[in-house]
Amino acid sequence: MTLARVIGTVVSTVKHPDYRGLKLFVVQPVDETGRDSGASFLAVDVVQAGVGDLVLVISEGNGARQIFQKPILPIRSVIVGVVDAVFVEPGARASEVP
Amino acid sequence: MYLGRVIGTVVATRRYRDLDGYRFLLVQPLREDQTPHGVAVVAVDAVQAGPGELVFLVSSREASQALPEPFVPVDAAIVGIVDRIDLVENG
Repeated sequence: MTLARVIGTVVSTVKHPDYRGLKLFVVQPVDETGRDSGASFLAVDVVQAGVGDLVLVISEGNGARQIFQKPILPIRSVIVGVVDAVFVEPGARASEVP
Repeated sequence: MYLGRVIGTVVATRRYRDLDGYRFLLVQPLREDQTPHGVAVVAVDAVQAGPGELVFLVSSREASQALPEPFVPVDAAIVGIVDRIDLVENG
C-alpha cells in the first residue's frame, strides 16, 4: 500500500459501468514525512475519504476485486484507509543517518 | 488508474486475433494539473473516447477486464471520459 494525499476529485459521466456510483479521487503519493513522491494518480474510495486526507491506497487488482466482490473488475487503485498518524523510528531513514 | 489525453489513433491491421474489433488510441499520461507524465501509451478504448479528450485509464491486467471479453491481451484501457477535475488549493 502507498501513503498518499487526496488532492482532488474527478467528475466523469461517460465511464465504464463498474465505476458507476464510485467516488474517484486524485491522489498524490507522499513519503513518510508527507513530501510528494512521484506522479499523482486516480483511486476510487471505499472509506469515505475526503480531499486533504492522508490515505492508504492499494494499487493491485486482486485487492480491488476482493473489496468489490466481483471476479472481473477494471479497477486497480482503491483508497482503503484514512491515516490518523505516521510514526517513524528515529534514525530509520537513511537521510537521517549522520 | 491515471489521467490521460487522447492524442492519436493507432491502426494495426495485422493483430493477434483476440484484439480484433477494438480501437487503439494513443494516450499521453497526465499529472493532475494536466502536464504530461512519461511517454504516450497505446490503450484500448472501452468508452468511445475521441481524439483530444481528457480521459482516465486503467493499466495492467485490469485493462482487459474493461472489455466484454476479459481475457484479451491488452495492458491499458480507457475507462472514462473526464468532465471536470477539482483540485484542492495548495494541494
